[in-house]
Amino acid sequence: MTNLTNSSMDNKKMNDSTQLTITDKVALSLNKRHKKEKRFKVAGLIAVFFGFMLVLTLITDITVKALPAFHQHWVKIDIDYKSNWLNIDTNTTPELLAKQMQTANYRKVLRDSIYQMFSTESVKKLTRQEKRQLAKLFSTNAEFTVKDKLIAEPEQINKKVNVWVKLDDDVDSYLKEGFPLGEAGLRITQQQAKWIAKLNAEQRIVSRFNVSFFTASDSREPELAGIRGALTGTLLTMLVTIILSFPLGVAGAIYLEEFAPKNRWTDIIEININNLAAVPSIVFGLLGLAVIINIFELPRSAPLVGGIVLTLMTLPTIIIASRAAIKAVPPSLREAALGLGASKMQVTFSHVLPQAMPGIITGGIIGIAQALGETAPLLMIGMVAFIVDVPTSIVDSATVLPVQIFLWADSPERAFLAKTSAAILVLLTLLLVINITATILRSKFEKK
Amino acid sequence: MNSSLLFITLLCLTFFSYWFGVKRSLKIAGGAEHKKDLICLPEQFGLLTAMVCGLPALITLLIFNSVENTIIEQILATKLPANIQALSTIDLGLYLNNIHSIAASETIPNLIKSIENHSLNNTNLAEFEQLKAALTLKELYQQITWLKTSLVLVVATTSVIVLVRKFSITYKARQKSEAIIRTLLVASSGVAILTTLGIVISVLFESIQFFRSVPPAEFMFGTQWSPQTAMRVDQVGGSGSFGAVPLFAGTMLITFIAMLLAVPVGLMIAIYLSQYANTTLRRVAKPMLEVLAGIPTVVYGFFAALTVAPIIRSLGESFGLSVASESALAAGLVMGTMIIPFVSSLSEDAISAVPNSLKEASLGMGATKSETVIKVLLPAALPGIVGAILLAISRAIGETMIVVMAAGMAANLTANPLDSVTTVTVQIVTLLTGDQEFDSPKTLAAFALGLMLFVTTLGLNILALKVVRKYREQYD
Repeated sequence: MTNLTNSSMDNKKMNDSTQLTITDKVALSLNKRHKKEKRFKVAGLIAVFFGFMLVLTLITDITVKALPAFHQHWVKIDIDYKSNWLNIDTNTTPELLAKQMQTANYRKVLRDSIYQMFSTESVKKLTRQEKRQLAKLFSTNAEFTVKDKLIAEPEQINKKVNVWVKLDDDVDSYLKEGFPLGEAGLRITQQQAKWIAKLNAEQRIVSRFNVSFFTASDSREPELAGIRGALTGTLLTMLVTIILSFPLGVAGAIYLEEFAPKNRWTDIIEININNLAAVPSIVFGLLGLAVIINIFELPRSAPLVGGIVLTLMTLPTIIIASRAAIKAVPPSLREAALGLGASKMQVTFSHVLPQAMPGIITGGIIGIAQALGETAPLLMIGMVAFIVDVPTSIVDSATVLPVQIFLWADSPERAFLAKTSAAILVLLTLLLVINITATILRSKFEKK
Repeated sequence: MNSSLLFITLLCLTFFSYWFGVKRSLKIAGGAEHKKDLICLPEQFGLLTAMVCGLPALITLLIFNSVENTIIEQILATKLPANIQALSTIDLGLYLNNIHSIAASETIPNLIKSIENHSLNNTNLAEFEQLKAALTLKELYQQITWLKTSLVLVVATTSVIVLVRKFSITYKARQKSEAIIRTLLVASSGVAILTTLGIVISVLFESIQFFRSVPPAEFMFGTQWSPQTAMRVDQVGGSGSFGAVPLFAGTMLITFIAMLLAVPVGLMIAIYLSQYANTTLRRVAKPMLEVLAGIPTVVYGFFAALTVAPIIRSLGESFGLSVASESALAAGLVMGTMIIPFVSSLSEDAISAVPNSLKEASLGMGATKSETVIKVLLPAALPGIVGAILLAISRAIGETMIVVMAAGMAANLTANPLDSVTTVTVQIVTLLTGDQEFDSPKTLAAFALGLMLFVTTLGLNILALKVVRKYREQYD
């Protein structure tokens, strides 16, 4: 470019008299044109950085929102295992005692122990409203923690024991975010805040790593909800998808690329596959609902059905990628093998396929990653139900991680916001791991 | 043996058959040292044996699994007492569900015990009948499982035996196994056709049923959308109207907003990366675009609903505008973000497909880079870029999660991007999630919407491919 402008300047000097007007025009407009060029370049740069900013904003926003979900507040309370509160008769055989412990009134023990803790010198008796507010400070799960503690250590009966229980999600959010009281969506009263401050002053509240987020399944209570069920569901669904889509896709690609005669039928299949790749995913959900569930009567909400639907959805991606990989194998390789007397099938499976493997695997993994993040078709086939149990087989009712994210994002409780973001982080990490695996596998194959 | 255990057994049997086929062929040849006498390799004998063992048995298993429930229900229905058999289909279904849940929770000895208890005390006849039916069901299941197991195993072993008896030195094991593999390959490539057929037939079939109760003209041109059908005959406001124009308008509005963001940004990124950027920037920017393309749509939906929508709302309110909390703008902008990498990678392909000679000629004439891009490259690549935009539009129309989470449910007919609108995909999801009977116009409407979606995206796709192909021919 610089050479060009220089030479035009030289021209101007040399042919001053003859071409003055045109070169002058060019020279005069150069400045403007260069400015335009600069503006255009800056616009492009801005677009690229806009893209970077979007990625950065998205990831930062979700990470910041997710962080609170990874820890959780616990409180140490003094539980008084009074036998008359528990409604247990201690003067019996150990066997009967153990049996009674299973059915004892732990709610009363928990509540009365809490009331005892908070009835100070000045306030001997709590009002009914205060009692209700007090009980709301603790997770609904606290009762079972109290029960488990006694069953594990039966000798504690009629003794005062320190028990760690989870705080309610509203209290947890209040402690994490320090919101002003009365904020919409946070239901902490002035009185409750005082109690929390008191517990804090007595150093009874600690924050621990939220283990149950990874070990528990879905729950209506944010402090108890975890992603284990959804993660297991995802795993089962992906298993079905991989087992079905990979062989089917590769086999289809091999046929189309190596064996199919060039005729109308092959053309139809080709056009069909290309178009199928652009069909919205939700339409595959409609197919799953109308055909797989209503005609073949496979169970609703099951990873089996989810896997089949996702297989049909990812099949075009895998076929297209595999075909490209097979096509890239040099024909000389095939001809050499054929010349040595190998059959077409042997050439394909022992020469072409191993050469095409890196491309096929990359394509397959891209397809699987796409299936892993897919939500819409799974909503159609009922994988959107509230499921507490961890699925154990591919015909159990289950949900998957993206659907869990969708469900939690819809929940009104404030604490679910962090849970949702944390689940998204887990999903993104999974995707990252899968993509890195693809890259590593590819380079390993290519080295061979 | 249950199906999964049976499947694993079958798998083991298949592996064993491979080994058996190899051994058998060697024996026919007269030992491993005479292996060269065989017309095919022993491994090919093994492969053929394994396939002959596994495939018919697997097909049997699949067929059996798909029909066994129907058979059991039929047999059970004939064994129920007459007054139960006379119930309506719905009540009978409920009754059978009940029996299924009893059967699932109890073991056979327990059932027998409680039946005996009942016959001694003779307390509750209905419960007694149910327990008996549950026991019958359990026994039926047991019988049918036995039948299935034995049938599958018999099919597997007999086919192997029949095959192996035919083995000889000149047996063409390779040709036969290759023919089977070839059939499998053809079948696999046919799955895509079957999928399309399945989509077309299922969506079309349900839509025709829908159009029996709602005239197509009303669906296509009606401006009222409230799919709540009446539960009771006399219910107020429950007549249900299925005018889909607000949905089409909403879809178009959100798509338009998305394109307004995605096309300029995506195109500029493509131009900058292909014409200006150095390798370092390109090496960093490509993964950035891949990340943007790889993020699941549910994450974008979350981002739209919980981050972008509140920001737009507070921004709008600071200017004194009233913004719906589920505005079309928020959904559209985030959808645009999602589509940026799509537009940029397709346009980059189109730009780089323009012959270099054109570019060099323009630069040689003294044009600046931007002039070359705007006046030479873009016009030359225009068909490819148009194709990319068409594909992007098709993608935006079919996108579901972002709009389900960030756009509204109310079918407003408006062009104001700050208002809440609903889209075709949102309505499909709302109509079909949750339990409802399958034949009501409400659920069928979802299929009619699905048909519209399928036809539109397919049309756009075919058009885009055509545009791109035509343009390729120009330069090839």
